[in-house]
Amino acid sequence: MSDTILRMQGITKTFPGVKALQDVNLDVRRGEIHSICGENGAGKSTLMKVLSGVYPHGTYEGEIEFEGEACRFSGIRDSEHRGIVIIHQELALASNLSIAENIFLGNEQATRGWIDWNKTNAAADALLRRVGLRESAVTPVLDLGVGKQQLVEIAKALSKEVKLLILDEPTAALNDEDSAHLLDLLRGLRDEGITCVIISHKLNEVMGISDRVTILRDGKTIWTQDTADLTEEKIISGMVGRDMEHRYPEHTPTIGDEVLRIEDWTVHSPTQPDRALVRNANLTLRRGEIVGLAGLMGAGRTELAMSVFGRSYGVNISGRLFKEGREIRTRTVREAIDHGIAYATEDRKRYGLNLIEDIKRNISAAALDRLAKGGWVDGNEEFKVADEFRASMNIKAPSVESVVGKLSGGNQQKVVLSKWILTDPDVLILDEPTRGIDVGAKYEIYTIINRLADEGKAVLVISSELPELLGICDRIYTLSAGRITGEVPRAEATQESLMTLMTKEVQEVAP
Amino acid sequence: MTAAPSSTGVVGKAPAGPKADTAPRKVNFDLKQSGIYIAFAITILVFTVLTEGVLLSPQNLSNIIVQQSYILVLAIGMVLIIIAGHIDLSVGSVVAAAGAFAAVMMVNWDLPWPVAVIATLVFGAIIGAWQGYWVAYFGIPAFIVTLAGMLLFRAVTYWILGNQGIGPFPDEIRTLANGFIPGFLGNIGLGETLGGADLFSVIVGLLVVAGMTFAQYRSRAARIRYSQAVDPTWLFLAKVIVPAVIVMFLVVQLARFRNVPWVLVLLAVLVVGYTLVTDKAVFGRQIYAVGGNLQAATLSGVKVKSVVFWLFVNMGVLSALAGLIFAGRLNLAGPTAGNSFELDAIAAAFIGGAAVQGGVGRVVGAITGGLIMAVINNGMGLMGATKPQQVMLVKGLVLLGAVAFDVWSKRRAAGAK
Repeated sequence: MSDTILRMQGITKTFPGVKALQDVNLDVRRGEIHSICGENGAGKSTLMKVLSGVYPHGTYEGEIEFEGEACRFSGIRDSEHRGIVIIHQELALASNLSIAENIFLGNEQATRGWIDWNKTNAAADALLRRVGLRESAVTPVLDLGVGKQQLVEIAKALSKEVKLLILDEPTAALNDEDSAHLLDLLRGLRDEGITCVIISHKLNEVMGISDRVTILRDGKTIWTQDTADLTEEKIISGMVGRDMEHRYPEHTPTIGDEVLRIEDWTVHSPTQPDRALVRNANLTLRRGEIVGLAGLMGAGRTELAMSVFGRSYGVNISGRLFKEGREIRTRTVREAIDHGIAYATEDRKRYGLNLIEDIKRNISAAALDRLAKGGWVDGNEEFKVADEFRASMNIKAPSVESVVGKLSGGNQQKVVLSKWILTDPDVLILDEPTRGIDVGAKYEIYTIINRLADEGKAVLVISSELPELLGICDRIYTLSAGRITGEVPRAEATQESLMTLMTKEVQEVAP
Repeated sequence: MTAAPSSTGVVGKAPAGPKADTAPRKVNFDLKQSGIYIAFAITILVFTVLTEGVLLSPQNLSNIIVQQSYILVLAIGMVLIIIAGHIDLSVGSVVAAAGAFAAVMMVNWDLPWPVAVIATLVFGAIIGAWQGYWVAYFGIPAFIVTLAGMLLFRAVTYWILGNQGIGPFPDEIRTLANGFIPGFLGNIGLGETLGGADLFSVIVGLLVVAGMTFAQYRSRAARIRYSQAVDPTWLFLAKVIVPAVIVMFLVVQLARFRNVPWVLVLLAVLVVGYTLVTDKAVFGRQIYAVGGNLQAATLSGVKVKSVVFWLFVNMGVLSALAGLIFAGRLNLAGPTAGNSFELDAIAAAFIGGAAVQGGVGRVVGAITGGLIMAVINNGMGLMGATKPQQVMLVKGLVLLGAVAFDVWSKRRAAGAK
């Protein structure tokens, strides 16, 4: 068959106190799409950083062979020079610069030190056509959504005459449509002879796009197999080291009275106040019920949630809120919390946590008044409460005085959930509660969500992953272009029926 | 108290250790937190040796405290603003304006001094509210607002004073800035070498030590009751004994000279009060939350704008207080008073471990940072380095070194993850 473009052999990388990689082997064939799967902390990103020279030669053990030659990269420029380009999970674009400027950043199209803008923009336009991005090269990157920014990153990689493209969680922040486009693009690049290595948590994508899959677990290679011989279950069992028969815990809901009713809710964009992001939405949440909110990116899911949560997003908000039948106002976050509403953000690092503080201070952040008498916080009580959450939520940390920034994504998410549970809410809005979390921790989060519902709380789960919504929700609303387009009980919902509803309004509105 | 390198057993400031019920916590030496105190000790040691002990003589200790008092008052307010992620460049001008305002009231209008003092503090609060409004509610970066304030309030000073100094101040104000606690109980003999010392001060010093010890013990007992990790016994004892020795040394030395200065009493009250607020009050926690992650604080229901606004009001009041002390010390309110005080206060906060990005910092740290600069100033003066450029050079290097250490230790912590 095809020849090997990359061979990594016996890679061992040690951080103070931790062996991140232990004798890892990876063979990638020329012109294939090769997926690397593993739980968070399995060593995927570390391996890619070794490959791309972020960790220079000498800081790890083992050999890297690229196109038959041994490589000793001393930095990322070395590896890029050889045609290895890595696109990180957190996109590294300068948002105030234009697309063209970003593509040629560090590789300026210049003659004698002066940039040739015509050449730059023409070359950028050509690259944008190649990646299927219909934007002008002079558009500032900050005007683009995450999906389009991802395409700019790929265009940037193509400008460097990439041979091996590494993508770390490329679709984690993308909606299904953008993901599909990206994956199509990668298939196209493969046909042009560009080899891809993809790190992904989304197993359906892994199954759909890759030729071969390598599993890493606890810093070791478990196996590499052809995708044709694999199933999602097999990949999962390789990743977690055990068979996961049920990805979603069993749950029988006890549904009670209505807790929150949202009527005729309309939200406008803060940057374009005449543009409605949510239009005349009506939602009802009941005690003990887990309700899903499905929608493509840009459908207005987060905008809806945050506007209800103390008008923390949007302008010209209109509509009515009813808590247990009585009309309430939530003009500030404080008022929303006082009315028993909690909102756990989709971006916990930016909006959810104070990463430089410890676990207990993060857990207490939204409910300090509960731990305080006359404005003074009872530090011992705070410790006790936080420690109880550490036990009940299974937050893996040596102590509640550990700094949150050093925890894994799953444990950080448990801290966020603890923080909101401590406010004793009646309504919990969870925005992408399992984003960037490994499979084992996801199961734990689902169990926690079920427990909250059983305690009589109403839970609204916003998620981009339809299987997740189908797996845990009792009822699912679909949102399309700011309008509620459907309300489906779990028993009647399928991925296909939801997707139809999620795209419905768009098709009707389009001329 | 001010010189004590350890605060009084504040819960939760120590680094994380293993679980409480398993073993006493491993002594995880937090270089970043304790580095400032070690640096302070080294600074003192070096200058004590270089000045052959003159640095720690009764009169000189008294001088250091009195000379640096107004900077320390400013540093307390400044570190809070820096923790919240802002800065205040206007404090020097506010010091001058407040001094001028007080002088006009007390000297020109003959108002009773308590009325004038309260009015001056209110004057400072109004200035702080003005700046807090623009920063918090209008959304202009504090750097710009307070840079404008630096010019505006200097202009206000000139306008009030009419380009001349006003003085002298009433005795009470001068006593606050320069005076000493009277001896109520007479002297006691401390032997041939030490001579006599004021008995009242020594008793007060002993009471302070007893209070500190009791507070530490209570905090430790509470932590054990809640089965939290605590320091091993030897470290606990060290944390009790070392500050106690330092406080007693300071008090006895001062009692041997002209007794404890009033400004030291004022500073001690401020330090204890503000430390309690930052560590235990809801408002204090909100300052750290705002500086650590503004968006997360907002979405946790913290009234971010109000927190920032009140921080600037607080800074204005403390600046006015510093203005009173400074004017009382010079016995004159001059138009150039307080020049570059903002730089000393900012430097104190950063040397004391505050982070440039906000979210990190301690009142005791800022005080220690301010004292390090005071000791350098004073020590170099004693050694005959009276040229301003020599002192500036050393202070500049200390500031750069302190922040470089902060950045380096952060990078090391990130790499060790």
